[in-house]
Amino acid sequence: MDTQVTKKKLGLKERYKLLTRDLGWEPTHHTRDEIYPYVKYEGIKIHDWDKWEDPFRLTMDAYWKYQAEKERKFYAIIDAHAQNNGHLNLTDARYLTAIKIFLQAISPGEYAASKGFARMGREFGGVGTQVACQMQALDEIRHAQTQIHAISNYNKYYNGFHAFSDSRDRIWYTSVARSFFDDAMSAGPFEFMIAIGFSFEYVLTNLLFVPFMSGAAYNGDMATVTFGFSAQSDEARHMTLGLECIKFMLEQDPDNLPIVQRWIDKWFWRGMRVLSLVGAMMDYMLPKRVMSWKEAFDIYGVENGGALFNDLARYGITAPKGWDIAAGAIEHMSHQLFLGLYQWSFGTAFHGWIPSDDDMDWLSSKYPTTFDKYYRPRWEHIKKLEAEGTPFKNFGLAKLCQTCQLPTVFTEPGDPTLTCHREVDYKGEKYHFCSDGCKDIFENEPEKYIQSWLPMPALFSELGGDIGAWMDWVGLRNGIDNGDYVGSQDQVNFDKWRGMATSNK
Amino acid sequence: MHIDLRTVALEPQRNTFDHLVRRFGDKAASRYQEGSYDIQAAENLHYRPTWDPEQALYDTSITKIVLKDWYVLKDPRQFYYNTYTLARARQQDTTEANFSFVESRGLGAMLSEELKSIALNVLIPLRHAAWGSNMNNTFVCGYGYGTVFTQACMYQAMDQLGIAQYISRLGLLLGDTEALTAGKEAWLSAPAWQPLRHYVEDCLVVRDPFELFVAQNVALDGLLYPLVYERIVDGFLSSQGASAVAMLTQFMNDWFDETRKWVDAVIKTAAAESDHNREVLQQWTDKWSTRAATVMLPIVKLALGDQSEETVGEEVASFKARMKKIGIEI
Amino acid sequence: MSNVFIALQTNEETRPIVEAIMIDNPHAVVKREPAMIKIDAPGQMIVRKETIEGLVGRTFDLQEMHIHLITLSGNVDETDDSLTLTWNN
Repeated sequence: MDTQVTKKKLGLKERYKLLTRDLGWEPTHHTRDEIYPYVKYEGIKIHDWDKWEDPFRLTMDAYWKYQAEKERKFYAIIDAHAQNNGHLNLTDARYLTAIKIFLQAISPGEYAASKGFARMGREFGGVGTQVACQMQALDEIRHAQTQIHAISNYNKYYNGFHAFSDSRDRIWYTSVARSFFDDAMSAGPFEFMIAIGFSFEYVLTNLLFVPFMSGAAYNGDMATVTFGFSAQSDEARHMTLGLECIKFMLEQDPDNLPIVQRWIDKWFWRGMRVLSLVGAMMDYMLPKRVMSWKEAFDIYGVENGGALFNDLARYGITAPKGWDIAAGAIEHMSHQLFLGLYQWSFGTAFHGWIPSDDDMDWLSSKYPTTFDKYYRPRWEHIKKLEAEGTPFKNFGLAKLCQTCQLPTVFTEPGDPTLTCHREVDYKGEKYHFCSDGCKDIFENEPEKYIQSWLPMPALFSELGGDIGAWMDWVGLRNGIDNGDYVGSQDQVNFDKWRGMATSNK
Repeated sequence: MHIDLRTVALEPQRNTFDHLVRRFGDKAASRYQEGSYDIQAAENLHYRPTWDPEQALYDTSITKIVLKDWYVLKDPRQFYYNTYTLARARQQDTTEANFSFVESRGLGAMLSEELKSIALNVLIPLRHAAWGSNMNNTFVCGYGYGTVFTQACMYQAMDQLGIAQYISRLGLLLGDTEALTAGKEAWLSAPAWQPLRHYVEDCLVVRDPFELFVAQNVALDGLLYPLVYERIVDGFLSSQGASAVAMLTQFMNDWFDETRKWVDAVIKTAAAESDHNREVLQQWTDKWSTRAATVMLPIVKLALGDQSEETVGEEVASFKARMKKIGIEI
Repeated sequence: MSNVFIALQTNEETRPIVEAIMIDNPHAVVKREPAMIKIDAPGQMIVRKETIEGLVGRTFDLQEMHIHLITLSGNVDETDDSLTLTWNN
């Protein structure tokens, strides 16, 4: 006969605590400083790691179970997509420019985030925080791998994907995202969490993912949609981690406020610069457009960001310093960047093109105060030159901003006819910036940003300005991966294959 | 009836990505290859860490081990996120069924007080050792070089968190929250556990990722798992009629058998590359495994009493034989 | 008052979850987009295990939502019985 002892009924929170933070203990053979050597130097004060509120409380067994289910669904779909030549469902192979940029510039960032979160999962002093960061490290490697796998089939049929590993550390535009992640990883653990966990994964994530994934859905890219929605479910956990990080830091000590605010200002600005690629994508690269970059910013930036900063106001946090300037630039940045990408298409492992009349009418309707005034005339001029056989192409780049590493194509706040340019003299060298935001970031930590490896100066210092040698070095095949979409192998092949699949010729 | 499904046959332009062609030849690559090789930054890094300017963000020189190409440390299981998660989900299902079985049939209550006591005494404090392994493997993932090596360490770290949580659930099932409290007290102050805790805390300040790999995955787990889960749980408790415990720890047995292959492959490959590596690995393995045997002895005594010295001796001999097979002489 | 929101994938499993949210949050607004359902609510939104179970006819673990979640907005509070999103302003 078994004697039943009444077991305590443990709630979710209690049980989770027993299964996570109760695993840790106060060490006696080494000091906490020896075991966690990086948590003090940033000046952030933590008095009680136990006050950390666990975000989503997932035990490892539940993690394995639910993630496996997501994985099964994901790979079943991308296998079907590949088997059925799913790429023929694309509206137009022009769309793949967005996916090429994604694989070349964003996927490496996922992997970098994975390494960063692994380090956070070890260097923070509280078990709850460690576990949440470790799960994110696992998730980010999932994202890096599922992206490569989803896009792998496109590599078999289209150009521009094949050298993504080679161009990662060498080509110019990937440096925008790469320097962003290197910056976060070389920062201390608390800044890393504000940079990636909060600013990127909370404030800005919807601005990156929802446009890309909706863009994929609208343009028949089942593989990317599947990746996006599968990964996004992980993102919800990341968002709660990011939000908890900032609340925890702010609640632990009022002295943390100015440090955190400075980081929010910096990372909002760096994040918006990285997102300029997304803006150009939404407004120009999607044959079937979802919404304009401006509309996306209104929903996910202004509305959502507004709600967030109103909520954080009780801690003394204010909206990021550059918010108004960034909001004002939304009407301009996508046009300015895509014009740049068009003229520099010699040096991009993706195609550019001139927007069609329909495209331009859409842009007019979405940007009623700016497109027809500032940008349509430029495109019309470009069209004219193209028709005359002298396309508007440049075989050099504008100088790159020392901080964000974008070419300095953006204009002065309030004057879209004047390129925005700033300079700082530091230890006998002159440094160039695209904006006050980037200049401020440099001036706060000059010893860090003078280390930037700028890809276009490297063309001269390492390859003697030899463009052919540069192309070999970055894995770019001239006439194949670069240049205009019109007349490209991608265009010819896509049209040919679609014809094969839909007619009997 | 044979059904022939047809889709349009298109001519692929290429078989795989350039970097995989260079490594494996011009043919379709596996998903493991696509997800593991050359996706980590390798050159032209932007800034040195402010938390340690002596190292770069991705740095092969923070370990004494030297490899011409860190991607030689291929995981024989070829675990990438998908295959890892699916494997563990299947194991999780079995474990859930086992816990359910033990709980619904009241098998815990049927254990004699003596055997239940031994099981809890030996197992519950190990949830803290498992967390130590989680910390250490997380470190190796964070600071090690090359995805083929580091992703496997992250999986190892999360496995150890899973094991710590399974042990905790075992404690709740057989002894309620009091068992966890008692286990923590023992971990912190009972004499049998202090040498192991000291070992784990010393690991927490090792900053050479490869040495830490040896100290945790090779030396400590290489003795702890056979001693606790084979010799004590399967060998002793089950033979005495307490096989309910073995049901609750089956995951740990299966896990050790699987991960050992990976650990062996890493060491074997690194040792085979150079005399320098082999000598460093031998030094580390000797130092840490000698100590591991010492720290395990009082823990084994909690179950096996005067059989302990012999049992530990046998497992040490087995360990040495295993090391010899992979090129490490100690 | 700011909106909280939750976005879920469009599939068979999320249908009852969305229905449950609409039952328990009368001020919520549903927006359907390709492959995604977005639900906005002023100030607060609660997802109740019991309501979902009533609709699906089986026990439902709220953590199952992890499989279908796309994104959310608001402070999250998770218990065995409910998931609540709140903005404190």
